[in-house]
Amino acid sequence: MPKHSINVTVNGEQHTTEVEPRLLLVHFLREALNLTGTHIGCDTSNCGACTVLLNGKSVKSCTVFAVQANGKQIKTIEGMANGAMHPLQEGFHQEHGLQCGYCTPGMIMRAHELLEKNPSPSEEEIRWGISGNLCRCTGYVNIVKAIQYAANKMKGGA
Amino acid sequence: MATRTPLEIGGMGHSVKRKEDARFLHGKGKYVDDIKLPGMLYMDIVRSPFAYAKIKSINTEKALKVPGVLAVITGETLKGFNLHWMPTLMSDTQMVLPTDTVMYQAQEVAAVIATSRYAAADGVEAVEVEYEPMAAIVTPQRAMEKDAPVLRTDKAGKKDNHIWHWEVGDRQSTNNVFDKADVVVKEDMYIPRIHVASIETCGCIADYNKIENKLTVYMTTQAPHAIRTVFALVAGHVGLTEEKIRIISPDIGGGFGGKVPVYPGYVIAVAASVVIGKPVKWIEDRMENLQADSFARDYYITAEIAADKDGTMKALRIKTIADHGYTDAAANPSKFPAGLFSIVTGSYDFPVAFAEMDAYYTNKPPGGVAYRCSFRVTEAVHAIERIVDSLALKLGMDPAQLRLKNFIKPEQFPYHSALGWEYDSGNYEAALKKAMDIIEYDKLRKEQAEKRKKGELMGIGISSFTEIVGAGNSKHFDILGLKMFDSCEIRVHPTGKAIARFGTKSQGQGHETTYAQIIAEELGLPADHILVEEGDTDTAPYGLGTYASRSTPTAGAAAAKAARKLREKARKIAAHLLEVNEQDLEWDINKFHVKGAPDKAKTIQEIVFAAYTNHPAGMEAGFEAVSYYDPPNLTFPFGSYICVVDIDKGTGEVKIRRFVAVDDCGNIINPMIVEGQIHGGLTMGLAPALYEEMRYDEDGNCVTGSFMDYLLPTAVETPRWETAKTVTPSPHHPIGAKGVGESATVGAPPAIANAVVDALSHLGVTHIDIPITPPKVWSILKEKGVVN
Repeated sequence: MPKHSINVTVNGEQHTTEVEPRLLLVHFLREALNLTGTHIGCDTSNCGACTVLLNGKSVKSCTVFAVQANGKQIKTIEGMANGAMHPLQEGFHQEHGLQCGYCTPGMIMRAHELLEKNPSPSEEEIRWGISGNLCRCTGYVNIVKAIQYAANKMKGGA
Repeated sequence: MATRTPLEIGGMGHSVKRKEDARFLHGKGKYVDDIKLPGMLYMDIVRSPFAYAKIKSINTEKALKVPGVLAVITGETLKGFNLHWMPTLMSDTQMVLPTDTVMYQAQEVAAVIATSRYAAADGVEAVEVEYEPMAAIVTPQRAMEKDAPVLRTDKAGKKDNHIWHWEVGDRQSTNNVFDKADVVVKEDMYIPRIHVASIETCGCIADYNKIENKLTVYMTTQAPHAIRTVFALVAGHVGLTEEKIRIISPDIGGGFGGKVPVYPGYVIAVAASVVIGKPVKWIEDRMENLQADSFARDYYITAEIAADKDGTMKALRIKTIADHGYTDAAANPSKFPAGLFSIVTGSYDFPVAFAEMDAYYTNKPPGGVAYRCSFRVTEAVHAIERIVDSLALKLGMDPAQLRLKNFIKPEQFPYHSALGWEYDSGNYEAALKKAMDIIEYDKLRKEQAEKRKKGELMGIGISSFTEIVGAGNSKHFDILGLKMFDSCEIRVHPTGKAIARFGTKSQGQGHETTYAQIIAEELGLPADHILVEEGDTDTAPYGLGTYASRSTPTAGAAAAKAARKLREKARKIAAHLLEVNEQDLEWDINKFHVKGAPDKAKTIQEIVFAAYTNHPAGMEAGFEAVSYYDPPNLTFPFGSYICVVDIDKGTGEVKIRRFVAVDDCGNIINPMIVEGQIHGGLTMGLAPALYEEMRYDEDGNCVTGSFMDYLLPTAVETPRWETAKTVTPSPHHPIGAKGVGESATVGAPPAIANAVVDALSHLGVTHIDIPITPPKVWSILKEKGVVN
């Protein structure tokens, strides 16, 4: 299969490489770049475990080809902490917003965009905002609290 | 429970933040698909498009020409090693790969080994299989018909599709009570087939080292030690004996029972690695996971209660038909083919009861595993909690009052149930009353009456469940003969820091935190200083693993026991250091001091250091202990849940307005983690109540084989759960704990179903099968003339 050259910036680091046109972005991140924090949970864009930011917008990386990311900025869970934990990471820890941890990176990346667009979301807005991300362990109550914690902290509170 | 230790030590009762969080929050968890070994190959599986078919031919020629494809493994390949069939955990047999017949849609037919994931998938596309489809048996009702073809022709002399009959209780006495009863209620209920659908699917990396003849398997398993033994039993004849097998269960992305069985994919990957001599990775995709991995439930239950006119329950009679798919691949303790279903008398004081069950083969995937519940307990709880509501309806009694009237009373514990269990402790009345107070039950009933006058549909549902977990004592509980004890080994280093290893395996339950808290409570070492390790059979002591809410009742108890052994050693060392008699010492949180002289003391850290630097003559040096804990009985957590629903008449949609869960799991190790477990369990109770069902068409095609069709609740459907607790310690557990991971999954579905039936009961509705979907409700409303 012919390969295409792509140039992507992942968590601030530039990568130029050749990929098959059919290579999914999630496989590129996990297998070519060894960024295994982004997970795969379904084949149908339903579960959101593979959510990453593409030019700041949350996308399900199992439904994006690596070639579609050419020339773009990608942020994954590995790029969230900047010395200290990001308020979302801290919120998930403080509010017990994770159990098995498998959905957590996708959930955090999704919440990241949510808070960028709406720094003070209501509980209902958070619930709708993360409705493309499935969690089987927590029952979502503490995930909502974790996002509220982060929203507060990012506004300079708590 | 009040905390005894200060927060810096972080023993029982502290909401210590989880130690395991950091790696997950930074994307540094190590799940099996995150592991990459040098030279690793990838496996993908060809699966049957038919539910029942003869395999006429398998042509691998084109597949072998696909770039990157190295080998195609078929049933014939495995037959050469006598590995084409394997035993199930229920002592039935299961194909690894078929040689002539496929028995369910999505069954493994061949495996392609290639240099990359994509090449393996290309290879799968290129394998040509010729099938001759046959008429599939999709229901146990069809399977039991006289003219039904016999599915398991591989079993010599098998003349029907019946697997086993199992019964418990006193049939004659029960029938006698029914014959003379004032009131009898009866409901037929179907508890549909569902799937645990952990967000991480199943998979493994099999890594066979030819030079050392050592097999390492990284594997999504909840029970690594048992798996090692099973592998040794299956592959011992080809030289893989137990010391040459190492199972590593890395981070697990949710288990819920679905990661207990041995799936064919694991075995094929092992065979491929042994033959090729390189590591082989196999990771299921979601569709394979839903369509082929073990299902849960699929029980057809007829439940009956005989009662007096005043509502006193006199007898319970249950008849059940179970659909096990083409093989009994459940994971129940071997003496309990229907698991712990005989908890079906629930929280009520039935003088007599009888339950019987028959299991059948069909052309559906095998299983019968749990879905976050302890061996068929959810089916039992649903049956009793639904039929109790039917009795209330028939008698015109309030369902709360009927429950309060018939509960086993606190003074009756330990209570011997009509079906043979000894309930350890309980206070059912306290839990229900607490839930009624929180939700303001009486006010809700008034509101409902007013709404009914206006034609609005609102319902209140109660579930007062009794769980049965912590299998279990060696007298009754084993899997393939392996007794269901569990273990803990504690090793404290000279500087007072420890590593503790267990036979269990967390899949999100937070063992790294809670086990450390138990040891902190017993030894006074800060929980922060105790590293907990599980899942590596080369290092951890033997245990049967984590499922059925058994970790706290078994391995948690082992942690306390091992720590207590160390405390006894500490006492001896302290006596030596303080130059007093052992009897003159008193333990106080983290030190021994001389009775009446609190300042004459040695801390646990000083004592441990002495164990390596200044141990008494005649005593072995070092500071470590191991405990294999064989519980004297199971534990019986319980709770009362109340759910309020409003029904949209236009769409039939059920909206949960409030859900109050009062749980009692005995003494609590970490309240934050317990609450989290209850939230998650409630959501996995909501799921089958309103959304999830694995459905098959008449040809045996799975029509819910992806997340497009199999609906897991999102944050939008899930209500804001309200939790509360009562605390009734287990009298026989060393720390009085009971286990909680599954209580809510078990207790929630009937609360929701009862609420919906309650909303519609004035229309003559007495039962609706779960999942209670909008079309189901809307059809009822239409039939009853509520909507046009």
